Amino acid sequence: MSEYKVQFEVFEGPLDLLLYLIKKEEVDIYEVNLTKLATQFIEYVDLMRQFDLEVAGEFLVMASTLMYIKSKELLPVDQQAVVEEEEEGADPRWELIRQLVEYKKFKDAAAQLQTLEERQENVFPRLPGKIEFHEEAAPAKPEVGIFDLLNAVNGILRRFADKTASTREIYEDKWTVSEKIEFVRSQIAERGTVRFSELFEKAANRAEVVCTFLALLELIRLKQLACVQPEPFAEIEIGQPVASAEPAAETSAPAAEAAVEEKSEVAALEPVIAEAETEASEADEEDDDDEEDDDEDDEEDDGAEAEADDGQPTT
Amino acid sequence: MELKLILEPLLFSAQKPLTAKELREVLANAATAEDAGENTKLFKKVKEEDVTAALEDLAREHETAARTFRLVCVAGAWQFVTQPEYAPWLKAMVGVKNRPSRLTQAALETLAIIAYRQPVTRAEVEQVRGVNVDGTMQTLLERGLVEQSGRAEVVGRPALYSTTVLFLEYFGLRGLEDLPAAEELRRIPIEKPVAPITADAGLATTPPEELQQLSLEAAVPAKLEDSSAAPETTPLAG
Repeated sequence: MSEYKVQFEVFEGPLDLLLYLIKKEEVDIYEVNLTKLATQFIEYVDLMRQFDLEVAGEFLVMASTLMYIKSKELLPVDQQAVVEEEEEGADPRWELIRQLVEYKKFKDAAAQLQTLEERQENVFPRLPGKIEFHEEAAPAKPEVGIFDLLNAVNGILRRFADKTASTREIYEDKWTVSEKIEFVRSQIAERGTVRFSELFEKAANRAEVVCTFLALLELIRLKQLACVQPEPFAEIEIGQPVASAEPAAETSAPAAEAAVEEKSEVAALEPVIAEAETEASEADEEDDDDEEDDDEDDEEDDGAEAEADDGQPTT
Repeated sequence: MELKLILEPLLFSAQKPLTAKELREVLANAATAEDAGENTKLFKKVKEEDVTAALEDLAREHETAARTFRLVCVAGAWQFVTQPEYAPWLKAMVGVKNRPSRLTQAALETLAIIAYRQPVTRAEVEQVRGVNVDGTMQTLLERGLVEQSGRAEVVGRPALYSTTVLFLEYFGLRGLEDLPAAEELRRIPIEKPVAPITADAGLATTPPEELQQLSLEAAVPAKLEDSSAAPETTPLAG
């Protein structure tokens, strides 16, 4: 017994033990003598018992499979009992060998992963210190007024002037101000500063431009954004306010309240909005009554609609 | 200017590994800057595939030059890392990396099965390993190397497991296709050999005592073979 004590290894399971026994025999898995293996396996399980090791159920299942294979081989083929569940041609020996081959492959893959794990421990990434740049010179014209913004948005709207002149489209309101607020915020969060025109790059029509613009105004009013013009006549850039770089937490409820209060400010925009919303307005008026009931929980949406309504009477 | 020449210093001073997409954005941002020169504007509309190709080219270049550091792509993001053989000195300088303890054999085997066969149920893993994997699975989930990625459309709707981005980072892999011998270990069935599986069925009746004798005999020639394979030891000394 003493020799076993030295040899004794902890196996990951019955398949691991079988692989070990096969390796000891120095034969190919496909050519292994399973009946001999069965005897050795059971000896080993007995040994585990002697050492008071807890023999896991899996080992006993494997032992019984091996015994079954062995018993089958004792009988000539024509005298073997036909097991009903066993499908035609299913060979328990082959099934076991297939399992062994598969397990062996994954065991090898695990060894390769282990090599990678060890290698990775010794790999150090380059971690450069943060490069400090001097603050760029303070913007020459830090404050951008409402009329600067209006001029800018008019420039954007000119893009659509030709398209809408001859044809009129009827479409549902695909955009909401609250959605656009999220869009503008995510853009700023992702990139720090965004140029004015970039916000409208993907806009498909006037109504979408107006929605985005309203969202922008709302965020400026809530002091979540600041508009600066780096130098005179340069394009307006939108970024986080200088005072508090931290973007404010979710403010959907205040935003909705604010939207209602904002009427006076929005009034200044009415000509612009009215122009863009002419097509959409009829559709809006019809829908609004129904929608207000549906959207009661979504305050932001209602706020957005309230704003849109403000624009309509002037048409 | 060549694209890869621009990418190299970008990655050199990047604070974190960058994906091809992020690099492409940097190029586009540089091109739209107010004072962008002609040179910079050239790369305004560069494609992500071109960036990736340039990065691969750059990585090969570093490899050929046999520098002490190399450019690698881990989980889709590119970065410069040192070659492993310089670890002793690096460890002396920056200290041992803060890494969780190494994975056990059981955990590695389980992880290998999940990595190659994902998404996979716990039962499928157990079938390959032939043992219960509840404990190891729990460890892998806790360490964030594996995550539940859905439920199988079979009776009982068992959970399906997949590896995470952390798994790729932990082993320094570019992606799942970067796993060693990936093709072989995916779903390819194991072919049944034409030759009889059991070489000598007659041994089935061998009594155990005789069998031990046999295995002893088998061990002796094996030993001899070993020593003859390694000529520096005295051959056939016995």
